[in-house]
Parts: sequence; C-alpha cells; structure tokens
Amino acid sequence: MTLTVTDLTIDIDGRTVVDRLSFTVADGARFGIIGESGSGKSLTALAVLGLLPDAATASGSIRLTVDGGVEIELLGLPDRELAHIRGSAIGMVFQEPRTALNPLRRVGRQIGEPLRIHDGLSKHEANARAIELAHEVLLPDPERLLRRYPHELSGGQRQRVAIAMAIACSPSLLIADEPTTALDVTIQAEILELFDELVDTTGASLIFVTHDLAVLAEVATDVVVLSHGRAVESGPVAEVMRAPQHPVTRSLIAAARATSWSPGASR
Amino acid sequence: MIAMMTARGLSRDYHQPREGLFARPLVRPALRDVDVTVEHGEALAIIGESGSGKSTLVRLLLALDRPTAGTVEFEGRPVLPGSARSLRWLRRETGIVLQDPYASLDPRMTVGAIVAEPLEALGIPGNHRAMVTAMLLRVGLDADSVDRYPHEFSGGQRQRIALSRALVHGPRLLVGDEPLSALDVTVRAQILELLRDLRRDLGLSMILVSHDIGLVYHLCERVMVMKDGVVVESGPTLEVLENPQHPYTRQLIAAVPTLDAAPGATP
Amino acid sequence: MPRLLRELWRRPAGLVGSVVVVVLLVTAAVALFWTPQNPFTANPSIAWQGPSFAHLFGTDAIGSDIFSYLMAGSKTTVVVAALSALVAGLIGIALTALGSLTSHWVREPVAVLIDILIAFPILLIAMLLSAVFGGSLTVVIVSVGIGFGVNLARVARGEVRGVLGTDYVLAARASGAGPWRILIRHVLPNVAPVFIVQLSLAAAVAILAEAGLSFLGYGAPSSTASWGRLLSSLQRYITVHPWSVLWPGLTITITVLGLNLLGDALREATDPRLKESRGEKTRRAEWRRDRRRARAEVVR
Repeated sequence: MTLTVTDLTIDIDGRTVVDRLSFTVADGARFGIIGESGSGKSLTALAVLGLLPDAATASGSIRLTVDGGVEIELLGLPDRELAHIRGSAIGMVFQEPRTALNPLRRVGRQIGEPLRIHDGLSKHEANARAIELAHEVLLPDPERLLRRYPHELSGGQRQRVAIAMAIACSPSLLIADEPTTALDVTIQAEILELFDELVDTTGASLIFVTHDLAVLAEVATDVVVLSHGRAVESGPVAEVMRAPQHPVTRSLIAAARATSWSPGASR
Repeated sequence: MIAMMTARGLSRDYHQPREGLFARPLVRPALRDVDVTVEHGEALAIIGESGSGKSTLVRLLLALDRPTAGTVEFEGRPVLPGSARSLRWLRRETGIVLQDPYASLDPRMTVGAIVAEPLEALGIPGNHRAMVTAMLLRVGLDADSVDRYPHEFSGGQRQRIALSRALVHGPRLLVGDEPLSALDVTVRAQILELLRDLRRDLGLSMILVSHDIGLVYHLCERVMVMKDGVVVESGPTLEVLENPQHPYTRQLIAAVPTLDAAPGATP
Repeated sequence: MPRLLRELWRRPAGLVGSVVVVVLLVTAAVALFWTPQNPFTANPSIAWQGPSFAHLFGTDAIGSDIFSYLMAGSKTTVVVAALSALVAGLIGIALTALGSLTSHWVREPVAVLIDILIAFPILLIAMLLSAVFGGSLTVVIVSVGIGFGVNLARVARGEVRGVLGTDYVLAARASGAGPWRILIRHVLPNVAPVFIVQLSLAAAVAILAEAGLSFLGYGAPSSTASWGRLLSSLQRYITVHPWSVLWPGLTITITVLGLNLLGDALREATDPRLKESRGEKTRRAEWRRDRRRARAEVVR
C-alpha cells in the first residue's frame, strides 16, 4: 500500500498552515515528518484521516493505493466512508494518550471497539483478541490490566493501549503523531522499540511525526522536513542528516547537535 | 572552602487520602534521605524521570516546601522554611526558572512588572525600571517588551523573561526546573547558549533539574541521577555518562535516542 | 477600564446588557421624582383599560397605571439588586478568605460549612426568615445575599486555590514575595473578574428572587411598588385579562436577561489574553496607517 500526497494545502481562518505539500510513503516504508511547532506536521497527519478541525479547509490530493491497484482519494471523502478506513486500513496513535482514550470505559473494551466495528467480532471474540493484542504491545498481566480504566494506568501503558487500538484490525498504514513526546525517555525507548517490531512483523507502513531529530533518526528511513507549512527538504534520513541542503534542515541539525549527547561524543 | 549549598538527609513524604474509610492513610515518600552539595561556581545537574523526586528536591532546597526530615544550608547558614521575611536573605541569593513558559508568568501583569517583582519584594534600591530593561536586553529581548503582556510572546521569549526575573536581583545561584523542555530545538539551543554566557559573565552557580542528558552534558560539570526519590549515582558528568555504574543510569543512557542511529536496528 | 468597556461593547451581549442596566438605572432615578401617573391611586372606573397615551401599558384591576407602577417598581428592583449583590459580595469575600487563605484547621470546617449552606435554596431561607421577621424587602436582600454569597464563595474559593497553585505564584514566592504581596498582586487581579461576573449574576438572581418572593407574599409589602407584586395581582385575572400580565412579565424577563448577558460578556471581556498593551496599540495603529497608505498607492 502506498500513500501519495500531492499539493496538500490546508487553510485555517484564512491562514495557510500547510502549503502545497507533496510526498510519497512507499509500501512498508518508515516515513518521518519533522518540523518545529507550527510547521504543520500534525495537521498533515490529521488530514490523511480527515480529522482536521472544522475551521480548516484542505485541498490537494491524498491518494491511498491498496494492494490490487485500487486507488482511493482520501481528501474530501465523506465521513461515513472515511469511518470504514479509520481504524481498519489506517490506524492512528496520538501524542496525548489521554485524549485518545475514553476515561469512562475500561481499556479492554476500548481496544476491542475497532474489532467490533470493522471486523464484526462479538463481545467475547473482541475481548479475546484484545488480550492477544495486549500481549503484542507488551502490556503486563493483560487479563487484569484490560479491566482497568485509563486513569489507573501509567502514561507508557496508556500509550501501549492506544497502539493496540490502532493495530487491532491490522492496518496497512500506521500514523503516529508525536506518540512519545509526553513520555519519559526510558518509556520512550520502549515505545519506539515497540513501533519498530510492529512494523517489522506486520509489514505495515509507518508515518511518524516528530519534532525530535534523534527520535526521527531512530525510527524513520525517509523524511520530509517541514517549515511553516512547506516541505523544505526530503529524502532518505541518512542522507539528509549527513548532507542537509536546506538552511532550515541545517539549523535543525546544528541545534540538535548543540543540545544533545551521544556515547563517544566527549572523546 | 565552604560549599555554596549543602543538604543532608532530605526526605519528603506526601500524605494521600485514604483508599477506604477504614484503610490506613497513604504515605508516599517522594524523597528519601538525599544529600546534595553544590560548590561555588559549579553547575550541578539533577537527572531523573517523572516520579524521581527531582522537582521536590529543588523546592526543598529553596525552602518553597517543608521537608519531612533533613537539613539545608546555604554557605553554612541554615535554610529553614518560614515567613517570607525570614527567608529574604536566601531569596536575594537565588533565582528560579520553571518548566512551563505559559504558566510561570502572571498573565495579568506586564513583563516589566513581572521582572521587577524580585526587586520590589526584596526592597532592592535603585532604578527598578532601568534594571529591568537592562536585564531584558541582556537576555536578548527588546526594551519595549517592558510594557507588553506575556501572551504576546513565544515560548522561547517567555523563558527569556522568566530568566530575567530570576537574575534581575543579582543572585549567585540559578536554579532551573526543566527550563528547556517545553521549547523547540532551535530555541533550546539559543537559550542553552544564553545560559552558558550568563553563567560565565555573572559567575553563576547553577542547579539544573532535567531529564535531558544532552543539556546536562553541555551545561553541567557534575551530575546526580535520581530514581524513585533516591540518588542512585553522582559524580563528574563525563565520568557518569561514559562509565555509568548504576543499572538505572545505564538504562537511562541507553534509552536516549541518538542522532546517528540506524532505524530498524533493534538494540 | 476604558479598554474593558470597549471589549464589553464589542460584543452584542455586552451591548444589550449594558443598555438594559442603563435604562433600568435611569428609570429608577427618574421615578424618584416623577411618574406619569400616581402608581397607587385607585380609580376603579378606568380599570382594565388598554394602552393609551395617558396609560402607556394600560390600567390594572383597580385602575392604577401599570406603566407608572412599573417605573416605581424599578426603584425597588435597583435597590434589591444592588444591595443583594453587595451583601452577597461581602459574604462571598469573607467566606472565600476564610476558606482559602487561612490555616488548614480553619479551611476545612469552612469548606464543610459552605457545602452545607449551599444546600439551602434562597426560597427556603426567605421562608424561614419571613416566618420569624415577616415578609419584607430586607428578607429578600438577606436571603439572596446569603444564598448567593455562599455560591460565590464556592466559585471564588476554587479560583483562589487555582491561582495559589500556579507556577507564577511559586515563582513569586521564590522571588521573595510575602503572602500580602501575593494576595494583592496575583490573587486579587486574577480572581476579581470571576467575582465581578458572579456579582452581575447575583443581581439577576436577586431581581428574580424578589419578583418571586413578592409574588408569593414573602417580599415587598403592599405599600412598596414591586414587579413581582404586580405580576401576582394581575395573574389572578389572566383568564379574563390575559394581556396585562405581559407588562410586568416582560419587564422582569428583559431585565434579568440583560443582566445575565452582561455577566456573560464580562466574563469574556476580562480574559487576560485580550489585554492590549500600549505597544500593541501603536503597532495596530501603524499597521492601519500602512494599509491605508498602501491602498492609496494602488488607487494612484
């Protein structure tokens, strides 16, 4: 499955926040979108699933090509049809697990929800599958944990639940919008590793939005760098990091180096 | 040579509401028997994740909170939580910068009033407006910022304002509680450099609380690693980072994403 | 202050509310000296007349001019609204201060006290008081004052605690600020807007309460003109003369609505994010001037 974004433009209240953005996410790729706050990276991710705020208008094209050659234009697709795609063909993980999880429902039921909606599983079947998924995302003691409410879990556990929800129906594309920004660094490392394994085992493509260059380097193979809504540079991560062309990319990398440490840096 | 700040056996327990009517009241030890020493002219980093007790420690050191046990001394003089007047001597020597630039400035006060507050509260003689303007210029803001309101400034600029407030009264010790965490990477690099310059020019000693190892590496000569309210390791920064002894320190260092990583390589 | 008024009148709610308040105050002031007719003269021969030049809203069951009565009643309304808000404000401040700025041992009982008092609806307090003291405007004022004052304390206490827990208060303490300084420089300015909004709502509630209590007979004595009383006396004839009830009803509704709208608009207008500094004003003026110039260029 490939995702081709062409000339995506998003306006909010007359302001252009994403300006003619184009990129392609190949099959099985780990695609990173990096930029500072206000660069439009989160909005881009939301646009794919039609989750933009009401005040936003989007134009351009977001084309999903599934196995078998079927092409679906996602931009402008009516909500009813998008709902079929959300959670089944495309899964999304957000930055704040608190907003992704309903505080009033037990987490097990929430993981099971996409299964019941899209795959038509019964409550019993969804429950069983939820426990399997909890194992996959390395949640401890799933039988008991799934009966808890979101506020009873730690931040890292909530994010794992959110990931389990996103992969429940085996999507071919996983979109993660700054999924580790709100987490401690040790938990972040575990979650990044989890993404790594999931992408490996399921063969899904990954779009990973972040502002952290180091996280990008760990996760993504290809990247597009956004600044003020425009793509200023794109390409394989290793190349962009080694030989950045655009001044924005250069200053990002320079700033990241000036504020980071890696083993062996001091020698 | 007497140390600038020493703390011995600091402990802080928090009392939480009972689980049930007949359950015992819960006591959560946020800090357990912690010793801290900061020499003159030195920058000490306190590294820890959430729940490590680092923020609690900082508040105890500045007598913004009352310890359950332990003592704090500033240049040999005991720091005892008490009235604002009894602590005035300490307030003159210290300044604090907090994490959230959007919460640490009173939205109803002008920048000038905010930065002048220490001068007024401590009864420092002189032309306050001139001192405030000089400090704002020193941190890279315009002189006309004095009459503006916090909401007119970006996150990075607000932290500069907070820094001005922390330093306007000429303290010798600057305390930062995750001062750069909420900032974009390019802004972070700028403020980092500003901190370095100010430290050099003003001869500041520093206590920096952070979870960000990169910042700690670039700013502090000594480091203290905390987990669950206790100090697990401490020593010169380079040594601790290159030769971590405690398993948690090792785990923390290993978890930090590096810019030169290869994606897809599961560690 | 002028900034606040400008913000307030930018919004339709603020404009309407302000107009209502001004009209009310002017009417009450005028009524101190003059009304078109004597509101209390009974003249049964002209009872139940429809609107006319002499009787703008017509006459009631005993031939008194409704319009004059409503004008006279506005004095009562203003007095009740203002005094109730005052009493509520004082009780609110006292309870808020006790409930948030004192030591732990005082705070907790006060919190419980507030929670208990909130349970008493204004009507119940009024009934209890009039059982002892007889119905009067004072009863109305005291009832609303206590009932709303407690509510006000609950809201304000939350705000105060919120402010005391902010980072900027922590930073102020770290800068050497003592409790008085924090109270006056940080707590008051941040809590005052909420308080002001609540006071305007208190006034609205007071008017409604007075109307209701007078309607039920617990409020104003018959010698005092009161909108609620008029409503009460006219509603008895609603099946025969349905239109006359409209006048006091509409008057009460519009006044209360106006005060509520004013309260809403005040809440929005006091948002600190709207505070404009001198710098912003000059920049805005400059931008306008540049735009004008640019447009002039294009025209040429």
